[in-house]
Amino acid sequence: MDKNSPIPPRDDNYSDTESAWAVDVREAATRGMTQKASRKWWLAIALLSLMVLAGVYAWYYQLKHGMASAGYNDQAFWAVYIADVIAFIGVSYGGAVISAILRLTGQSWRAPLTRIAEGMALATVIVGAMFIFPHLGRPERFMNIVYYANWSSPLVWDFLAIMTYTVATIIFFYIPLIPDLAIVNRHLGSSNSPMRRKIYSALSLNWMGNKRQRRLLHGSLTLISLVIIPLAVSVHSVLSWAFALTSRPGWAETVFPPYFVIAALYSGTALVIVTAAAFRSGYKLQRFITQRHFVRIGYLMAALGLVYLYLTFADMATEGYTGITTGWITQTITGRYAIPFWIYVLFGELIPIVVVAVKKFRNIKGLTFAAGGVVVALWIKRLVIVLPPATQPLIGSYWGAYHFTWVSITITLAGVAAVPLILMVMFRLIPILSIEEMEEAGPIGSIEQISDKTEKYQDTLLAGGRNLEHVKQKTPSAGLQMSGVDPISPQTTPALAVNPNVNTGGFSINPGEIR
Amino acid sequence: MSTSYNNETDSTSSERRTKKYRSFSLSPSVNDESSCGASACGSAESESCGISIPKGEVSRRNLLKLIGKGAAATVAAGVGVELLTYRAYAQSGSTTTPNGLGTNGNMTPGMAAAMADPAAPPDHQWAMVIDLRNCDGCGSCTAACQKAHYLTPDQTWIKVFSMANNDGQTYHMPRPCMQCEDPPCLHVCPVEATFRTDQGVVLVNQDRCIGCRMCMAACPYEARYFNWTADVQYPTTPIPPTPQAPIPQKLGTVGKCTFCVGNLNNGLLSECASGCPMGAIYNADLKTDVAVNGLGSTVKLSTFLYNNDAVTFYPEQNTHPRVWYIVGHGQNLDTNSTTA
Ligand code: SF4
Ligand code: SF4
Repeated sequence: MDKNSPIPPRDDNYSDTESAWAVDVREAATRGMTQKASRKWWLAIALLSLMVLAGVYAWYYQLKHGMASAGYNDQAFWAVYIADVIAFIGVSYGGAVISAILRLTGQSWRAPLTRIAEGMALATVIVGAMFIFPHLGRPERFMNIVYYANWSSPLVWDFLAIMTYTVATIIFFYIPLIPDLAIVNRHLGSSNSPMRRKIYSALSLNWMGNKRQRRLLHGSLTLISLVIIPLAVSVHSVLSWAFALTSRPGWAETVFPPYFVIAALYSGTALVIVTAAAFRSGYKLQRFITQRHFVRIGYLMAALGLVYLYLTFADMATEGYTGITTGWITQTITGRYAIPFWIYVLFGELIPIVVVAVKKFRNIKGLTFAAGGVVVALWIKRLVIVLPPATQPLIGSYWGAYHFTWVSITITLAGVAAVPLILMVMFRLIPILSIEEMEEAGPIGSIEQISDKTEKYQDTLLAGGRNLEHVKQKTPSAGLQMSGVDPISPQTTPALAVNPNVNTGGFSINPGEIR
Repeated sequence: MSTSYNNETDSTSSERRTKKYRSFSLSPSVNDESSCGASACGSAESESCGISIPKGEVSRRNLLKLIGKGAAATVAAGVGVELLTYRAYAQSGSTTTPNGLGTNGNMTPGMAAAMADPAAPPDHQWAMVIDLRNCDGCGSCTAACQKAHYLTPDQTWIKVFSMANNDGQTYHMPRPCMQCEDPPCLHVCPVEATFRTDQGVVLVNQDRCIGCRMCMAACPYEARYFNWTADVQYPTTPIPPTPQAPIPQKLGTVGKCTFCVGNLNNGLLSECASGCPMGAIYNADLKTDVAVNGLGSTVKLSTFLYNNDAVTFYPEQNTHPRVWYIVGHGQNLDTNSTTA
C-alpha cells in the first residue's frame, strides 16, 4: 500500500457494520480465542501431542536401526509412507480446491466452511510433506535434491510441485485472513494481549475495509483460487508419475494422473465434512454450519466417489481384459490384497453412495460417518495402489509382502494426530470462521443461497432462532428445527422472510437479500 | 497366494512377452555375409569362433594380453558388419545400440562418423555374456560375489533365478545388473547418485543417494536392493568405499552389481565369472570384441553372440542391456514361474 496516500475513509456500510449478524459471527468466530480452554481441549491436546511424540521416537528408532524396522524389504520397497504422502497431500488438495471452486462459482453458502477447509488443507499439506522424511533412507541428505537436481527424475518434479503447492496453500489460507485479523483486533480490543495485537495488525496489512482494499482482496482471492486448482492438479499428476513413469505393470498406467487427482478431491471433500463436523460440535457452530452445508458437500463427495469408482474400474479393465499382466489385478481382487481392496469398495464407495442417496441417512451424523469411512478407505486404497505392483515379481513368481511394524504404525498415527493438533491450536489463534466472507454473504447467503421452499422455511426459523442459542446447544443434532417460532407451512415462508414486520429476532433481513 | 492363480498369470504374461520378443529375435538370415567364418573371424571354426585355450593356461594376469590379442585379430581380419555396429556404438556413446545382432546394418551416418573418429576416449566398453546352456544353477557366482564384496545373503549383485519354460522344463538364469545403455534407474534418480561411466558401467554413489528407492521401482530386472537394516556387521576396510567398490555398504542407500569394473580395468575377471565352475559367465568388451569366461575360453564377442542367437532380457523395455544371454535349450527368458 502506498504509505503517502491519505487513508481512505472507512466504508462503514461494509466490514465494520455492527449488524446483529456481524455481532454473532464475530462472537462465534473468536470463541476459541476468547474463551478459556476447556479441560477436554487440554486433554485432547495432550493425547495428540503424545501420539506425535511417539511418532518422532519411532522415526528416531527407524533412523537408528534402518528401514527394515518399518517392515520394508527389497520387494516392498515402497509402502506405507509413500501412501501417507499421497493420502495427506491428497486431502489437502480436496480442502483447497473445494474452497477455491466454491469461491470462484460464487457459492455464498461456502462462507462458514472456507476457513475450516483451508485450515485443514494447510495442516494436511504440512503433515503430508513431512512424511517424505521417514520415506527416505537418508533424510539428512534431503537437500541433495536441490544441489544435484536431476531434471529427468519425476521425484524432482514432485519436490518442486509439492513446494509450490505448499506455498500456494499458505497464501490461499492467509489472504482471507487479512480482513479477519483486523476485525479480530477491533473486536477483541483490550482483551487481546498487546503482543498478539501487534502481530495481528502487522499481518492484517492495515486493513480498513474500504472499497479499494476490498477490490484488491477480492482480486487476489480470485487469482489465487484460479492458480491453486491447476497447481493442485499438477501436484497429483506428478505424484502419480512417480509411479506411472516406471515400467511396472499396475503402475505404468495412463489413467494414473486423473486417478490420483480424483482420489485427492474425493478424500479431501470427505475430510472437509469430518473436520467441519468436529469443529461444529466442538465450537458450537451449529447455527452457522447447518445440515444443508453437509448435504451439499456430501453430494459433491458422492459425485467424486462415483468418478473414482469409474477410474478404478477403468484402471483394471484394460489390463484385466487383455490379460497382459494381470498378476497385480488378481492379487488385488482375490489375492493377498483382497481384504483391503474390498474394505475400500465397501467404505469408500458403497456406504457413502448409499448414505447420500437415501434421504433417511442424508443427515449430519450419516454423512460424517460416511466421510470418515471414505478418508480411511482411501488411505487403504492408496496402499492397495502402491503395494501389489511393488511386491509383484518381475522375474520368477515370488511375491513379496509388506508387514506393518510398530514403527510404521506409530509414525502414521503421529501424522493422523498432527492434523487435529495443528487445527486445534490454529483455531485458538485465528478465527474459525471467515468473518469477512460471512458478513458479506449475510445470514441468508451464508447458510443458504438457493433453496427449495422447505429449506427456505428452515432458514427463516434459523434467523429467528438467534436468541435461543442455549436450546440449540443442548440438542445439536436437531440442527435447524430449534426455534421459538412455530413451524410454518413452507408456502407461507417467503412472505414471512421478506416481511420486515415479522420479528426475526433482531436480524435486519433486507428483503432484497432474498432472491 | 493360490497356485492356480499363478499358472494363469504366467501363461498369459509369458505369451505376451514371447510375442514381443519374437519381433526382436534374431533370425539367421539377417545378414549372411557377416557370419563368422566368412569375414569376421578368419579362423576355420565356424561354430563358436572361439580361441580355445586349454583350461588352466589362462591366469588372470595374461587376460589383458588375451584381450589385446583379440583386438589385434579383429583388426587383422577385417570388421564384420555386426562388429562395426557394436564398435560404432561403443565409440559414439550413442544411446541407440544394436539390441542383439538383429539390427545389423542399421548403422546411421552418425555412428559411422563416430567410428571414424580416432579420439574416442575409453579403451573398453564392458559387457557380459551368460551362456545359459552351461549354467547348472549352483549359485557359485552369487557366493563368490557376496564373499568378495562383503554382502549379506539378501544382497544379491547377481542372483540365480530358477525358471521354467512353457513346456515345464526348468533352467537357471543368473541375473546381474544389466548395465543398461539406456538405464531407467539413472533417469529417475533425483540426485544423480546413479551414473554411467564412459566404459558403459552404471554405478551408484552411495555418498549421495538419498534412499528414495525410485531406481528400484524403475529397474525392470529387480537388479537393485536396499540397505534396510543397521544390524549387519560390515568389515572395516582400509580404503573408503567408492562407487566402483562400495564396500562396506551404507545404511539407507541402494546397492547393485558394479560389474567388478575395478577388476576388469586391472585385467581381472569379475568375481562371478571367475567363480563360475561351468564357465557360463563371460566378461566381454565391445570395443575389442572379445569375451572371456572363468575357464579361460576366449571368444570373439560379435560372432559368438551371432552364432548362438544371443538375446537380451526383456528387450521390449528398450533398456538396451549390456548383458547377453545365450539360450541353447529353447528357453525364452520370459516365463514367470519359478520352481525353486
Ligand atoms: S535410491 Fe539412491 S540411487 Fe536410487 S533413485 Fe534414490 S537417490 Fe538415486
Ligand atoms: S539392470 Fe536395472 S539397475 Fe542395472 S542398469 Fe539396468 S535398470 Fe539400472
